[in-house]
Amino acid sequence: MAEKNITVTLRVWRQANAKAKGEFKDYKVTSTTDTSFLETLDILNEDLVSKGEEPITFDHDCREGICGMCSLYINGHPHGPATLATTCQLYMRRFKDGEVITVEPWRSAAFPVIKDLMVDRNAFDKIQQAGGYVSFNCGGAQDANAIPIPKEKADLAMDAATCVGCGACVAACKNGSAMLFVSAKVSQFALLPQGKAEAARRAKAMVAKMDELGFGNCTNTRACEAECPKGISISNIARLNREFLVAKLKD
Amino acid sequence: MSIIDSKIPEGPVAEKWTNYKAHQKLVNPANKRKLDIIVVGTGLAGASAASTLAEMGFNVLNFCIQDSPRRAHSIAAQGGINAAKNYQNDGDSVYRLFYDTVKGGDYRAREANVYRLAEVSNNIIDQCVAQGVPFAREYGGLLANRSFGGAQVSRTFYAKGQTGQQLLLGAYSSLNRQIQAGKVKSYNRYEMHDVVMIDGRARGIIAKNLVTGKFERFAAHAVVIATGGYGNTYFLSTNAMACNCSAAIAAYRKGAYFANPSYVQIHPTCIPVHGDKQSKLTLMSESLRNDGRIWVPKNIEDAKALQAGTKKGSDIPEEDRDYYLERRYPAFGNLVPRDVASRAAKERCDKGYGVNNTGLAVFLDFSEAINRLGIDVVRQRYGNLFDMYEEITDVNPGELAKEINGVKYYNPMMIFPAIHYTMGGIWVDYELQTSVKGLFAIGECNFSDHGANRLGASALMQGLADGYFVLPYTIQNYLSDQITVPRFSTDAPEFIETEKACIEAQKALLKNPKGKDGKSVDSIHKELGHIMWEYVGMGRNKAGLEKALVELKRVRKEFEEELFVPGVEEGMNNELDKAFRLKDFILMGELIANDALHREESCGGHFREEHQTEEGEAKRNDENFFYVGCWNYQGDDDKAPELIKEPLVYEAIKVQTRNYKN
Ligand SMILES: Cc1cc2nc3c(=O)[nH]c(=O)nc-3n(C[C@H](O)[C@H](O)[C@H](O)COP(=O)(O)OP(=O)(O)OC[C@H]3O[C@@H](n4cnc5c(N)ncnc54)[C@H](O)[C@@H]3O)c2cc1C
Ligand code: SF4
Ligand code: FES
Repeated sequence: MAEKNITVTLRVWRQANAKAKGEFKDYKVTSTTDTSFLETLDILNEDLVSKGEEPITFDHDCREGICGMCSLYINGHPHGPATLATTCQLYMRRFKDGEVITVEPWRSAAFPVIKDLMVDRNAFDKIQQAGGYVSFNCGGAQDANAIPIPKEKADLAMDAATCVGCGACVAACKNGSAMLFVSAKVSQFALLPQGKAEAARRAKAMVAKMDELGFGNCTNTRACEAECPKGISISNIARLNREFLVAKLKD
Repeated sequence: MSIIDSKIPEGPVAEKWTNYKAHQKLVNPANKRKLDIIVVGTGLAGASAASTLAEMGFNVLNFCIQDSPRRAHSIAAQGGINAAKNYQNDGDSVYRLFYDTVKGGDYRAREANVYRLAEVSNNIIDQCVAQGVPFAREYGGLLANRSFGGAQVSRTFYAKGQTGQQLLLGAYSSLNRQIQAGKVKSYNRYEMHDVVMIDGRARGIIAKNLVTGKFERFAAHAVVIATGGYGNTYFLSTNAMACNCSAAIAAYRKGAYFANPSYVQIHPTCIPVHGDKQSKLTLMSESLRNDGRIWVPKNIEDAKALQAGTKKGSDIPEEDRDYYLERRYPAFGNLVPRDVASRAAKERCDKGYGVNNTGLAVFLDFSEAINRLGIDVVRQRYGNLFDMYEEITDVNPGELAKEINGVKYYNPMMIFPAIHYTMGGIWVDYELQTSVKGLFAIGECNFSDHGANRLGASALMQGLADGYFVLPYTIQNYLSDQITVPRFSTDAPEFIETEKACIEAQKALLKNPKGKDGKSVDSIHKELGHIMWEYVGMGRNKAGLEKALVELKRVRKEFEEELFVPGVEEGMNNELDKAFRLKDFILMGELIANDALHREESCGGHFREEHQTEEGEAKRNDENFFYVGCWNYQGDDDKAPELIKEPLVYEAIKVQTRNYKN
């Protein structure tokens, strides 16, 4: 499709800092269909700066769908209307000329707003610190091919490990649950011989941390799976539940 | 004139590292607990170093700009990581990896460092598998490999097109274990602004808390910077948006030599520039060159039709295609090193054979592979890259476009070279210590192992080698006599003064001499990028470089007199933080141009048009330039830096002209 100009109204959440009261503000911006959504925000920001106003703050870094830094709740969807894509992979051809596009930060008790569209996702790091690793010190590893791992297992582990830690699953969930995120890490390790030994302990520690940090319970609405930009499957949640049960039985 | 000591150990190249480890000084476990180390950066180099040092017992303070260590730019590496495992039994060995890396670097790397890198490459793969990194595997359950440019063996390990992600998440998991254990303190959304020097040694840093906007002081017995490369000097590059050179430049201003800044890598397979609103360029992994064939039309009329949009790539039949890499370099074909492939693309486009509306693109075609292997196999290998390409350009490279005389043609990708990686960086000795005592540099931000050109899949290898297996040993040689040095107070005058200078620099950036009629950070950065790409990019010459230096001065003046930064010092202010980085990018640009001007030869990523063979290949000048060019800051951005030379000594490898033809 040939490139065309497109003018939209961005209805953007502006909030000066964590304590300030936020509000929506409307901005008209002209971009092109082959320009990305974040580049359209760049255009708007350049425009704001030229007027002496403060640009809109939002998280982003790699701009190719892998770092998990970008967020944004666009027209009611985390990462916007495209499936299996992060916000930075969203192009303006997905929108209609003249459209009003609502842009909000992730809304979750566990992810407080820092400024405008930027939130604090430190809670995700804390969950990983609680057990998202194999207890092993650098230097003592055996040869990498010493333990063959069936390709299907390795591929499944890889699929789970693809999670970029963006938090869209939490933003999508009416309960604000982080189960998809936690289950992805627990599954990756539970599927591999290297992580098997600690699997049950890991599941328990990570779930306990998640509860402590104020994430909600999982009630199987599957909204997380539908909105996850990396296609993390909720079968991982089932695996997490199994590991969790094993851990409880051991107690 | 300053002298340089690279501290290369005695003995034959294959024994140097073993000898070093046998004789270096170590710190005993009880003393490790008394020593603090600052590691700036959480990419592959920073995260692996921080976790390993903590595992050994040191106390580590670890900083990153992003909201989580897991998001460092290393996460974006796609293709893979090299190691000399020889699992494929295709004749690989430590020596061959060493040799390929030295040759790939156009004989401008330090032999001893490269040998050590090749030596520890195998440990890295073992380490990562033990961490639970899900590398690609064969049906038999063993690890799979692919080929990368500049090698005739298959030694690249990978995890789909997300190798950097998986390796970084592995390092991040080890880091998390140490954070949990209380051995690493993690500071996210912090940006280092300066190194604090006490009695000639690095003893801490000043970092800005990007959320509160406040500068904070941190002390330690040693400082390690692992802050990545300076590719974003060019504005458009494949680097992430926050990649910057400020920590390296801060070190340079404090006396750390900057080595070989002109060695910048331009990657041949990126999605071409489109429009002037673009914020970054997207890499299409080098692994695509395993099965993709690069071509432009043979006939200039076809090229013109492609540029006018009246023809598509798939309209041009096999016999009218010029697979110019296969034609010029039969032995390596599409898998020549990056610098060679990039220049060959430029050569064709300069001659008018470019294939898109700007004339600055070539084709990367999978028709032959799809016809040979079937679309399913090809998609299994590159599906995510095809999808990424489609999302950006609206063209699906796996889609059947046309059948001519019974041959099926699929949509080709369009690609063009883009700034990708920087071989130059802070000078370090064999121990990875800079010319400032107590200040170390690892990963892409040092100059170490890649000479004038880096081979694909070798940056991940180097970052992890430095962080897991080299620095944790070599830093002990420095720290062993520091155990009696008590912790420094951050109220020491050196800390207060350095912090004050940061606060003043910040105030200066908010002066806004022209108010809102001034220029935004991005607009000045784009100007800088334009000058760099035009005159200090793929093809350089004396007149152009001299012009660049004049233009860069003008940009610096513009920055000082016309910059407009909205907002205030307190709280989060992204524009202000970007302005800080831009200031250093401008100085970096001058360093690159000066180095490129002085180096009267072509080697690797540095191509001087005056120095080429009749066939257009790079012509080195070993007689006069067989050295590492180190630049020493003279106390003022306006003063020309002093050039110091580290002579290169090759004992194991015979220095030759690079040849990828036969
Ligand atoms: C798109 C892409 C694909 C690539 N693919 C491959 C590949 O397949 N194989 C390969 O070998 N190489 C590849 N590379 C190169 C490789 O990814 C990098 O060279 C490598 O990851 C750099 O790692 P690093 O740890 O040195 O730095 P980075 O990963 O860049 O990390 C820098 C860290 O420093 C922090 N930092 C920077 N400045 C400051 C500051 N002032 N204060 C505090 N913190 C700071 C950042 O927050 C970050 O944590 C690729 C590069 C790109 C751009
Ligand atoms: S599970 Fe999906 S949505 Fe949730 S953090 Fe991971 S990638 Fe993001
Ligand atoms: S910016 Fe990295 S995933 Fe979007």
